[in-house]
Amino acid sequence: MPTGRITITLEVNGTPRVIAVDPRTTLLDALRECLGLTGTKKGCDHGECGACTVLLDGRRINACLTLAVMQEGHRVTTIEGLASGAALHPVQTAFLAQDAFQCGFCTPGQILSAVGCIAEGRATTRETIREGMSGNLCRCSAYPEIVEAVFLAATQPGSP
Amino acid sequence: MIPVQFDYVRATSLNDALKTLAGGDGTKVIAGGHSLIPLLRFRLAQPAKLLDIAGIKELSGISEYKRGLRIGAATTYRDILDSALVRDRYQVMMDATSGIGDVQVRNRGTIGGGVAHADPAADMPGVLLALGASFNLRSKRGKRVVAARDFFQGTFATALAEDELLIDMVVPPLPRGGASAYVSIEQAASGYALAGAAVVVKCSRKTVTECSLALTGLSDRAFLAEAAAKLLVGTKADPDTLQRVGAAAVEGIEITGDIHAPAEYRRHLAAVVVGRAIRAAIDRV
Repeated sequence: MPTGRITITLEVNGTPRVIAVDPRTTLLDALRECLGLTGTKKGCDHGECGACTVLLDGRRINACLTLAVMQEGHRVTTIEGLASGAALHPVQTAFLAQDAFQCGFCTPGQILSAVGCIAEGRATTRETIREGMSGNLCRCSAYPEIVEAVFLAATQPGSP
Repeated sequence: MIPVQFDYVRATSLNDALKTLAGGDGTKVIAGGHSLIPLLRFRLAQPAKLLDIAGIKELSGISEYKRGLRIGAATTYRDILDSALVRDRYQVMMDATSGIGDVQVRNRGTIGGGVAHADPAADMPGVLLALGASFNLRSKRGKRVVAARDFFQGTFATALAEDELLIDMVVPPLPRGGASAYVSIEQAASGYALAGAAVVVKCSRKTVTECSLALTGLSDRAFLAEAAAKLLVGTKADPDTLQRVGAAAVEGIEITGDIHAPAEYRRHLAAVVVGRAIRAAIDRV
């Protein structure tokens, strides 16, 4: 018989959070349903759209394709954890400056993916940005502005 | 929420994992989960228990082994792309890995997970076949080595027994002075191959002296095209020869036809990717 709930600790946005989850709970559902962090979006729930992108130990992943119980003790960064107080993260500022969204649903995933893309050193040209950001779909097709925002964030002085 | 209930255990060591698998209670192994979690969602897999092996250190990593490579089953695609050993010696693996899913998927998905899942359109089985890899399997009953050519047995079917764990994949060195390439044509939405060809060649004065060729995406499993590879040896890989090799590669193969590509179109694509992969490999010699 299934074990029922399992208690795990995740370090979410720098704070250890203890939650009891059914093993079937994805990291995405744990963030949204157990921790109330609804900034991470559920788009396709199949690892195709990238709306649920978060950083896991600094690497970008799809939160819908991993179980919360598998991430015991790991560090998760979501859109809620990017700004420092009132000061937005440079990638957030760049998305605003370039008007890099329309409906905004994919934006948290785009921004987390962009932070990962820049950290990986892939955001050097518009072409590498397009390839590096290809895991994040935007149904409003704000792609030109998204590419400009990532390029701006990657190349401006003091970029992440 | 995933519909079917299951138990979850995290293996503390390799021995612990093998002990759990020996229990024979419908346990399924999970590492990255990128093949398994979608299956669980669709109820295409309904295991009683998931055994998480991601924390077992000796199952991840790439190291030099007998002048070739040893790749741990739980090594992520990201770690393969970051490996200088792979980049310097196995271009065919770099070509294929850089096209798997997207960056998020490659950061988490594992080579052993993909291999054990044995999707007939996955890229890596073709690559491992062309490279002549062998797989180390282990269970409480003992160890055995299975060649890639004997491992893939059909759609989602492999030589792995229920109590066995894929430990690592051993890739022999390329022939001295050889080169390799992988070329695929993908289904646009999923990124899986409609047809993919993995090639290893060796040349002497522009004449091919050795060739290994494997295809994926075309039938119920990835397969070696040995007779076709032989047709290339002794030639300069001129366009007519490439046509013949491309046609021979799928001779006797029951080619899949589906809503993404009818069988006749896949047959055409097979010749296209075989030709391109051979040219790409020769250009790298």
